[in-house]
Amino acid sequence: MSATVEIRPAPHIKGPRSVEKIMLHVVYSLLPVCAFYIFQYGISALAMMLVAVAACLLTERWFITTGTQSGRLGDFSATITGLLLALTLPPGFPLWMGFVAGTIAIVLGKAIFGGIGHNIFNPALVGRAFAQAAFPTAIATYTPSFLPGRFTEFIPSSLAWPLMTPPDAALWLKEKHLDALAGATPLAKWKFEGILANAQDLLMSLSGHMAVGPSPLLILLCGAYLAFRRYMDWRIPTAILGSAAAVAWTLYAVNPGHYPSPFFMLFSGGLILGAVYMATDMVTSPVTPRGMWIYGALIGLLTVVIRYYGGLPEGVMYAILIGNAATPLIEQISQPTPFGKGGIGKPKRRGASYPLNPSYISREEAAAVTPKRQFLKNKPKRDSGSMS
Amino acid sequence: MKLLSYFRGEVFERGVHPPSEKEATADRSIRRLPYASTFTIPLSQHIGRPPKAIIRVGEEVVRGQPIARTEDWLSVPHHSPVTGVVEAIELRPSARGPWVESIVIRAHAGASQEDLWGQRRDLADATPADLLQAVWDTGMVGLGGAAFPTHAKLSVPKQAKVHTLVVNGCECEPFLTCDHRVMVEEADDLIVGMRYAMRVTGAVRGIVGIEDNKPDAVAAIQAAIDRANAAGVPEGELFVEKVPTKYPQGSEKMLIMALFGVEIPSGTLPISMGMVVNNVGTLAALGRLLPQGRGLTERVVTITGPGVARPGDYRVPIGTPLKFVLDYAGAPAEARQIILGGPMMGQAIASLDVPVTKGVSGVLVFRKEDMLAREGQQTYPCIKCGECIESCPMGLNPSTLGLLAAKREYETMGSNYYLGECFECGCCTYVCPSNIPLVQQFRVAKQVLRERAAA
Repeated sequence: MSATVEIRPAPHIKGPRSVEKIMLHVVYSLLPVCAFYIFQYGISALAMMLVAVAACLLTERWFITTGTQSGRLGDFSATITGLLLALTLPPGFPLWMGFVAGTIAIVLGKAIFGGIGHNIFNPALVGRAFAQAAFPTAIATYTPSFLPGRFTEFIPSSLAWPLMTPPDAALWLKEKHLDALAGATPLAKWKFEGILANAQDLLMSLSGHMAVGPSPLLILLCGAYLAFRRYMDWRIPTAILGSAAAVAWTLYAVNPGHYPSPFFMLFSGGLILGAVYMATDMVTSPVTPRGMWIYGALIGLLTVVIRYYGGLPEGVMYAILIGNAATPLIEQISQPTPFGKGGIGKPKRRGASYPLNPSYISREEAAAVTPKRQFLKNKPKRDSGSMS
Repeated sequence: MKLLSYFRGEVFERGVHPPSEKEATADRSIRRLPYASTFTIPLSQHIGRPPKAIIRVGEEVVRGQPIARTEDWLSVPHHSPVTGVVEAIELRPSARGPWVESIVIRAHAGASQEDLWGQRRDLADATPADLLQAVWDTGMVGLGGAAFPTHAKLSVPKQAKVHTLVVNGCECEPFLTCDHRVMVEEADDLIVGMRYAMRVTGAVRGIVGIEDNKPDAVAAIQAAIDRANAAGVPEGELFVEKVPTKYPQGSEKMLIMALFGVEIPSGTLPISMGMVVNNVGTLAALGRLLPQGRGLTERVVTITGPGVARPGDYRVPIGTPLKFVLDYAGAPAEARQIILGGPMMGQAIASLDVPVTKGVSGVLVFRKEDMLAREGQQTYPCIKCGECIESCPMGLNPSTLGLLAAKREYETMGSNYYLGECFECGCCTYVCPSNIPLVQQFRVAKQVLRERAAA
């Protein structure tokens, strides 16, 4: 027996989960999405990811070493922020703007609140919102996917000098004789030109040089993995997609000529990415199961409303940010019901094998045995016979 | 996995599945621990007031002789675990830390340690009141760990009626196997004990609930029930039922949920729904002691841990010093943490001089390398992942409670977030990826609230 024994309060064992593990799994699940995104858009996309992640990590490191915020680089949360930010920016976005957006994401999105666990808004979306406000032209300029030579040549706008106007992507495309494709997302096309993309292009984003973002199918797949391993809550994406589909379907049913089909609503733009990876950010989404449904439904509704009635083609970002802001209120009204406070005295779940009163007790005796006061709303059920 | 569990039809929501760690001891039969040279019997080993010592220093006692008696309803008498001489009645260290009044008995080296006290009696015609008094006289407390006086639990208040005796054989704590072994080896005693308890409470049905990771216990008890039914006139019906393996299935409200599918209303005891819950160890001991008219002098204790040379379930005389127990079981020299009870709710102790008391169900020994994966882990702020909410069997919100506790807003915790419902099972701390000591904070908060209420 060693000379020292240590005293700790129970419990003395610990589950396998840790913050690092959760965040690392999110990073793993993002890797296929990122790889395919790079395959779509080439080295410009790769460079954007590296720059965004580097910006986030550098900023986070500075704030941690100065003691301004909690956490550490090894928790991978800043890596996730950088990757997600890069996935929401157009592939030809100037790299210096990406760096600024990444820095802002950490500073305004996270560090000023005190770091991991304390932020109110999803940092990646804060960075994206900043970019949207500061660089409105650049962020609306999408280049088509699967351009020839995308692995050897940067999109010229990517390499724009800081604070300089980036070269016009349309001109560059014209040089490559690709001007017919030039650059708007399916959402923008629908919003401003009334052209609906077909389903296959949206889903696979493999053919036709579509200017779509990361592949929705792949994101759903990776999200399903995360949800299955319980590193992400399945309720939020389900609620968002469900409510967006429901609202879009209602409008579509009322006026099919004016509104696009719910399918287009779900798979165009950033809705899938937002629903699976942005809105599910643990820190900024409600912690209560009921609250997650409310939060998801709110985001889905807001997305459709902003897309249809707002001035911008895309509404997911603002919908999620509003959802983040509403999170504390949603939590207030969605606290779980404690055990023994809900429907009292009434058999609730399957698997209950015994009736409360044995079958050989008569009705009178059962009434005598069953407590009088608070639970008599549900009369003791007469047992049908079998006991086990 | 939550998605899947919904389809499996589990019977209480949430909870956790810690690794069972029972393999080392589950298949070893119960062995008797030899007698130590001195025994320390704290007067207060249970919930309620301590009894009064009725022997004097220097007096000779025989094994099974009452050495402390009480008139207080929420208290039990004690019996000498050993034939020997009373060496002292003085303050000795207890597992919880404070020194408590204890009787120290030095065993006679040559004594055969037979049970010399107590008379066989026929309880076939005893009235419930007589039986209840007999239970009180055994000094029995809940052997599952809470150590609540059994006679108090079995006595039914006038306004209530009991129809079912639920026997708790879940043993959901990792590492512990003492109830498991008792069910396998002492199933007949258990049936006898159940019959007594049913007679005392007036229950017409007795159900043993066992987690489904102990099929041999289920089979043993089913066989014992069949034997009992074949042998004599049954007083009421006996059943054995498998329940899903899940922590904390052994909490009585969770077990009732599994068996009956009802929630015991918050703030009430199972007796309000006509049920009384007892631990298998308690009833098996009653079944053996009552007909012989003896008192509780020993109990089965699981002694285990990753480095223990001879882990197993031992029949340990009450009052045996822990050091003796650990030496006998071969605790490793580099042991760093000794825990009384299970790893989820057990108590780490500071001194090896404390004795095994009536409420000790297990002794766990951890070396440095076995202690907690969390040792090297950093504590993060709450990332609101919701794991604790998904695991809290009482349906509380430990995440918000933890944030409030950090701000010392104990009143809000109690009034708005049902802190009082927490029974400190430790699931929230177990799952917390941020490594926040949630249940520890809740214990502090509850204590502060109790003190404020008292002041």
